Amino acid sequence: MESHEYDVVIVGGGGAGLRAAIELGESFPKLRIAVVSKVYPMRSHTVAAEGGAAAVIKSNDSLENHCHDTVSGSDWLGDQDVIETFVKEAPDELIRMEHWGCPWSREPNGQVAVRPFGGMVIERTWFAADKTGFHMLHTLYQTALKFQSLKWYDEWFVTKLLVDNGRCQGVAAIELLTGQLHAILGKAVILCTGGAGRLFPFTTNGAIKTGDGMFLAYQAGVALKDMEFVQYHPTGLPGSGILITEAARGEGGILTNKDGYRYLQDYGLGPPEPFRKRAMELGPRDRLSQAFVQEEAKGRTISTPFGSAVYLDLRHLGEATINKKLPFVRELSKNYAGIDPVYKPIPVRPVIHYVMGGVDTDVEGATVVPGLYAAGECACISLNGANRLGSNSLTELLVFGRRAAHAAAQFAAENPALASEKLKAQASDEQERIASQFIRKQGGNERVATLRLELNRLMEAGAGIYRSGDGLQKACSGIAALKDRFRNVALDDRSLSYNTELISVLELEFLLDIGQSLLHSALCRTESRGSHQRTDHTARDDQKFLKHSMAYRTDAEPRIEYKDVVITRWPPKERVYGK
Amino acid sequence: MKPYIRPMPRDWWLQRLPYLSFMAREVSSIFVAAYVVVFMVMLSRISQGPEAYQAFLASLESSLAIFFHVVALAFALIHTLSWFSLTPKAMMLYIGENRVPSGLILGSHYVAWIAISAFVAWILLN
Amino acid sequence: MANNAPNGTIRLEIFRYSPDKGEEPKFQTYEVPFREEWVVLDAINYIKDELDGTLTYRWSCRMGVCGSCGMMINGIPKLSCAAFLREYYPKPIRVEPLANFPVTRDLVIQLDDFIGKLKSIQPWIVRKDGEKPVSEGVYLQSPAEHARFKDFSMCINCMLCYSACPVYGLEKEFLGPAAIALAQRYNMDSRDQGRSQRQEVVASHEGIWQCTFIGECSAVCPKHVDPAAAIQQAKLSSTIDWFQEVLWPWGGKK
Ligand SMILES: Cc1cc2nc3c(=O)[nH]c(=O)nc-3n(C[C@H](O)[C@H](O)[C@H](O)COP(=O)(O)OP(=O)(O)OC[C@H]3O[C@@H](n4cnc5c(N)ncnc54)[C@H](O)[C@@H]3O)c2cc1C
Ligand code: SF4
Ligand code: FES
Repeated sequence: MESHEYDVVIVGGGGAGLRAAIELGESFPKLRIAVVSKVYPMRSHTVAAEGGAAAVIKSNDSLENHCHDTVSGSDWLGDQDVIETFVKEAPDELIRMEHWGCPWSREPNGQVAVRPFGGMVIERTWFAADKTGFHMLHTLYQTALKFQSLKWYDEWFVTKLLVDNGRCQGVAAIELLTGQLHAILGKAVILCTGGAGRLFPFTTNGAIKTGDGMFLAYQAGVALKDMEFVQYHPTGLPGSGILITEAARGEGGILTNKDGYRYLQDYGLGPPEPFRKRAMELGPRDRLSQAFVQEEAKGRTISTPFGSAVYLDLRHLGEATINKKLPFVRELSKNYAGIDPVYKPIPVRPVIHYVMGGVDTDVEGATVVPGLYAAGECACISLNGANRLGSNSLTELLVFGRRAAHAAAQFAAENPALASEKLKAQASDEQERIASQFIRKQGGNERVATLRLELNRLMEAGAGIYRSGDGLQKACSGIAALKDRFRNVALDDRSLSYNTELISVLELEFLLDIGQSLLHSALCRTESRGSHQRTDHTARDDQKFLKHSMAYRTDAEPRIEYKDVVITRWPPKERVYGK
Repeated sequence: MKPYIRPMPRDWWLQRLPYLSFMAREVSSIFVAAYVVVFMVMLSRISQGPEAYQAFLASLESSLAIFFHVVALAFALIHTLSWFSLTPKAMMLYIGENRVPSGLILGSHYVAWIAISAFVAWILLN
Repeated sequence: MANNAPNGTIRLEIFRYSPDKGEEPKFQTYEVPFREEWVVLDAINYIKDELDGTLTYRWSCRMGVCGSCGMMINGIPKLSCAAFLREYYPKPIRVEPLANFPVTRDLVIQLDDFIGKLKSIQPWIVRKDGEKPVSEGVYLQSPAEHARFKDFSMCINCMLCYSACPVYGLEKEFLGPAAIALAQRYNMDSRDQGRSQRQEVVASHEGIWQCTFIGECSAVCPKHVDPAAAIQQAKLSSTIDWFQEVLWPWGGKK
């Protein structure tokens, strides 16, 4: 068993992982750092983010405003101490991105420009045209290349955390190129593995977003928090699920039904005039996606070969604005929907976008397992609660990527010894498990793709925009059955070198487990809050459920417990938009 | 785990039109250079006096020489046109936020070319 | 409007190479349903899911921004998530790994060479006196200053340009289009002061002077980065540097 020793091992080279890496390279140059990523870092899905990153910068805005928007956006399920920390540190983080070269769009006077975003009372979203995530990711990656203390494990897939004596001390990872599993040991490990949108069939998430880090922590005994909260973005292209960013509405785009009517006014988001933030098309995503389903039920949507849709109309913005502020939107809809938004409205429908839940951490990114940290979309630090506000998460990657790096570095400094031999033995066992379960396995007749598709369908049916007790119950038994069938899975590909089918089967294994935690958390939450809407429990129930769901892994079904939400300055109120 | 290295085929430049036209541009420079040599010879003949120059002119009357000139002219044109088509890349000009469109750069090159040629022709013919 | 019912099939001839077996590569033919709205990547995913789980390739975003899915499609480097079957139908499509790179397996190429080159051009903002404190806010940059490097900052590292560049094919030392475009991206950024540092690599023998200006890099670039322009621009400014040094040596270095 080959092994490598580091002070800190970062799993993931997306926005969160790279921000953590830079912090370690810059503030702790003596530490040896490994950055392990299953794809080359610039392929991470942060690259796909379009709209922007939020932070208070303009004099007409205030930290208080940003906190309040985030709290009410979260339907009071966000921890308010976390939100305050986030809002306070956000501007500095975006300024640093600027110093590192991020090409933020500018005002004529050279200051950074901001745009309005859904659920925010004032414009505070920094953007780099409509390729913000792409520019942030490449800026972070290129900046990180400067630090000699970082060792890059590109295209290495982490399959397991190595935990000895209750302390996380590294990871087992497969080098894709050779198919060999190595033990990458570290005094602290930070998970930055991104979201799990690939649980669902119709998603804006790339193929790599399979919730790996969530599973790794879950398996190591950490709870998955608030997993039932999944965000549908109101405007995806039917068929492909490619995202049309909220910035399109921030710049003034409107949503209309088949009669050209701005239907959002019928769902407590109006009136349509005059143009205001935090209203109509700039309401929060959960409300907009729910309005779509109701509009569909009334038969007022249009039908496309890929399901019903409404129109996102940008024509009134004019070609010049579209080219300058939304060039990628134009490119994507021309290429993938055959529609030029300068001349025609774009058909769109709600699409799975973001998982609010994830690895339970405190505000430093620490989990209950000593030495294990998490940041970014895979973590649930409880910033986003029951509904994330668009453009908060790119900033979240930076703020909490940096914090987790700090905490991990300190932990590594205080906990020197690694139980190397025991950890290597664990890694050997892991290698043997993978070999016997997949590579050398005899028999079995289930295809990876079939099981994945069935999982996707089941998740959509049971845990879509509106959920019911019955539906969830059915999905829970369905997923248990799928897990049984998974034991019968057989690979076509038995080779070592660059075995992508092996990676897919491991990802599927992870997805099955976290999907189960999601369904069970949703089943137990008998209320409606934010993105979790129950047709059989339509009201928010603060008495019982002003609490985080905590799903623990067991040999059978997950065990669901609850943890209080931290309320500091904003006691629960009704969420009001449109006013 | 040996990677497979594909050899670069010897006729790679025949496989795609853009490569072929690149090769044509490269080859054209031989003719342009050859013509420059002829031109230099002519200049030295002129400096040697009118007889030498006349003899030189006579030597150009062979069909081979005429053929050479036609071909050289063709290649010189290819050379010029292909270089002109690349000028918008070498000259990234901006007006404020906007890059000067390549058509404009290209167009002004042609205009300048025609103007200069006309000017030279005018001097020679006078 | 796109039709989601398959009508007919289309044939894909795909380059296969397995390093474990150590055999010579071969082409394998697959028949897949033809759908109007499918890109080549969809067809390849269909093969992987339904017909042959051993087919190996990279992809993730399927929206032309992660840069993973470059392939030779009928001999031309393209993003397979942006190449529609309908542009080829009913003719068969030949799919190969990106040219000029060593092949790991099937359609997967090795790009460590590029990562090394990327690092060598120091793709980060260099400030002579170090970064200013966060408390002093952002560096001002006008939209016009931003426009000078904007196109070069759009590179997704997809490697199509390297694959289209015969110079790189013949001379692997060549720094290549994307790396030079990225060097130029920083050189032209009003916030950067690192050009002289980058020149060592960029203006070296393996750098810009290898380029013979074929221009195919820019022609195949899916993001309109125009690396050929970046290279010519760098040649021009290096030439100016040279003249300044020779004709005005006492002018001192900038
Ligand atoms: C289309 C789209 C648009 C968006 N737009 C916005 C926006 O405008 N504003 C906003 O704030 N947010 C936006 N978001 C959300 C935001 O982009 C994501 O939440 C965020 O980028 C996630 O970053 P991350 O660093 O956590 O993970 P990612 O960028 O997904 O990176 C995950 C990393 O982990 C690695 N990894 C995963 N599993 C393993 C494993 N097993 N072994 C080794 N490595 C592994 C991967 O290789 C990758 O490097 C958008 C999301 C999408 C999908
Ligand atoms: S310059 Fe263009 S073709 Fe080359 S790697 Fe960048 S995006 Fe791809
Ligand atoms: S899959 Fe990301 S660029 Fe094609």
